[in-house]
Amino acid sequence: MNKVLSYKPFGEQAILIEWPQYISDQILEDLLRFKEGIQKEKSHFIADYIIGYHSLTLKYKTPILNYTAEVETLKSICKKDATSKKKPRFLWEIPVCYDLKFGIDLEEMALKSKLSIDEIRSRHAAKTYTVFFLGFLPGFLYLGGLHSDLFFDRKPTPRLKVPRGAVAIGGKQTGVYPCSSPGGWNLLGKTPIQFFDSTKKQPCFAKAGDQIKFKPISLAKFYQLEKKVAENKYTISKTLVHD
Amino acid sequence: MIKVLKAGFYSSVQDKGREGVAALGVPVSGAMDAYSSNLANRILNNSETDAVLEIAYGFCAFEFLTETTICISGAHFSPKIKGVPVALQTRIRVYKNEVLTFGQNVFGARCYLAVKNGFLTTAILNSRSFFQGITQQTLLGKGDVLPIGTFTNTIASSNTSVKIRNDHFESQRIACDKGPEFDALSASQKEILARQVFTISNDNSRMGYRLNEGIENTLPSILTSAVFPGTVQLTPSGKLIILMRDCQVTGGYPRVLQLTNTAINQLAQKKTNDTFQFVLKS
Repeated sequence: MNKVLSYKPFGEQAILIEWPQYISDQILEDLLRFKEGIQKEKSHFIADYIIGYHSLTLKYKTPILNYTAEVETLKSICKKDATSKKKPRFLWEIPVCYDLKFGIDLEEMALKSKLSIDEIRSRHAAKTYTVFFLGFLPGFLYLGGLHSDLFFDRKPTPRLKVPRGAVAIGGKQTGVYPCSSPGGWNLLGKTPIQFFDSTKKQPCFAKAGDQIKFKPISLAKFYQLEKKVAENKYTISKTLVHD
Repeated sequence: MIKVLKAGFYSSVQDKGREGVAALGVPVSGAMDAYSSNLANRILNNSETDAVLEIAYGFCAFEFLTETTICISGAHFSPKIKGVPVALQTRIRVYKNEVLTFGQNVFGARCYLAVKNGFLTTAILNSRSFFQGITQQTLLGKGDVLPIGTFTNTIASSNTSVKIRNDHFESQRIACDKGPEFDALSASQKEILARQVFTISNDNSRMGYRLNEGIENTLPSILTSAVFPGTVQLTPSGKLIILMRDCQVTGGYPRVLQLTNTAINQLAQKKTNDTFQFVLKS
């Protein structure tokens, strides 16, 4: 495990653990392994584990009385060889309709780049993306792995309403809006899949460390799946990912 | 049951909020001034997790469809029952069809109405706190009927009331710790943070308070990382935002300060144009 970690107090009730400042799958792996180690030993004391690109923040249930001692405990957990069984990771296949009806920024994106609309679609669907963490909105996945040809600046004026399920690119990131929200990302398609349902026992299917692949579907197929999802008859296709 | 006759500007059901779901991107939420809401529950011998009504900016009316005992705490919005003023921080017996009104503000920004055994709107992800996309309702509306806990015992009205220290509402000293990026600030930036009197802008809500004054920002954005209620973010324009209970779980602006739990509760009672200073804990 990466040992160049820094520990900082974050207010009265949290500790921030930081890795070197860049985005990499290796840091994510380290971070998840450390998190699972902490979870095994300290779950009674910690309310939330908040993952960022290069950080793990532990929010304790009560104020931390002895910060130095707590950091020592965490360091000793970090030193232990993580022989524990890793949680299973899945590759989720997300159907996306890249029709111009939903991909309302595709034409503009093609004008701004050297790619045709079809090349933008196929490049976006070709990649397997890693889920780094969830944030911004309930069920919003921060995905890593966008092709550099598909980096598009956020729109200068955000839209007041981006629909739920919109598949979009903002800067160097791609993602899916889990609910309708104001947003400045470029829209290239829409998925009928629900990324967040607060009434379900597991409100979001994906977790940090999982992978996402977008599968292009036609407009007709989109409406067919949308109906199935609404009737609770659609199961997202997933594959167990091995190391 | 309690019927909403007039909903006011921003009334919602709140409890201690959601724990253990930040990894899904779900905000904490919960009563903005947890001190006052806890106090109201304690006076009624309720559980500390019982849900209360949070009333911001007054001007609302409720009709009790069943008898119960209530306690009002936090901001003073001239509460009256049947037109007669009632005290804060005390037990008040209310009877069927009595109407409780909140009007003119005397002090504070948010008031809490606790009822015996709490409000029983649907709990989602272990909390009844209203939040868009999580609970069905985001705000109280006129005509809503809210279920409340069964009133079994007969706690009488009380003649005594608990006093809250004035500085909970009046203190202009907001205590905080250094945020994770505090040390990246220059000496002069730190000095301004410590000396400047800051004013709450009209852009203030359960998500966060934007401040009118700023400091020159020379820090780069950070890679998206955790934020909490009470985190003070420095935006690219140099303006400061203090995140409050409904804030996102992650953010990309430098986190220069972190308010103490007490300071968050105090700030929750401040409103547009109120001023304060940050006091860094040594």
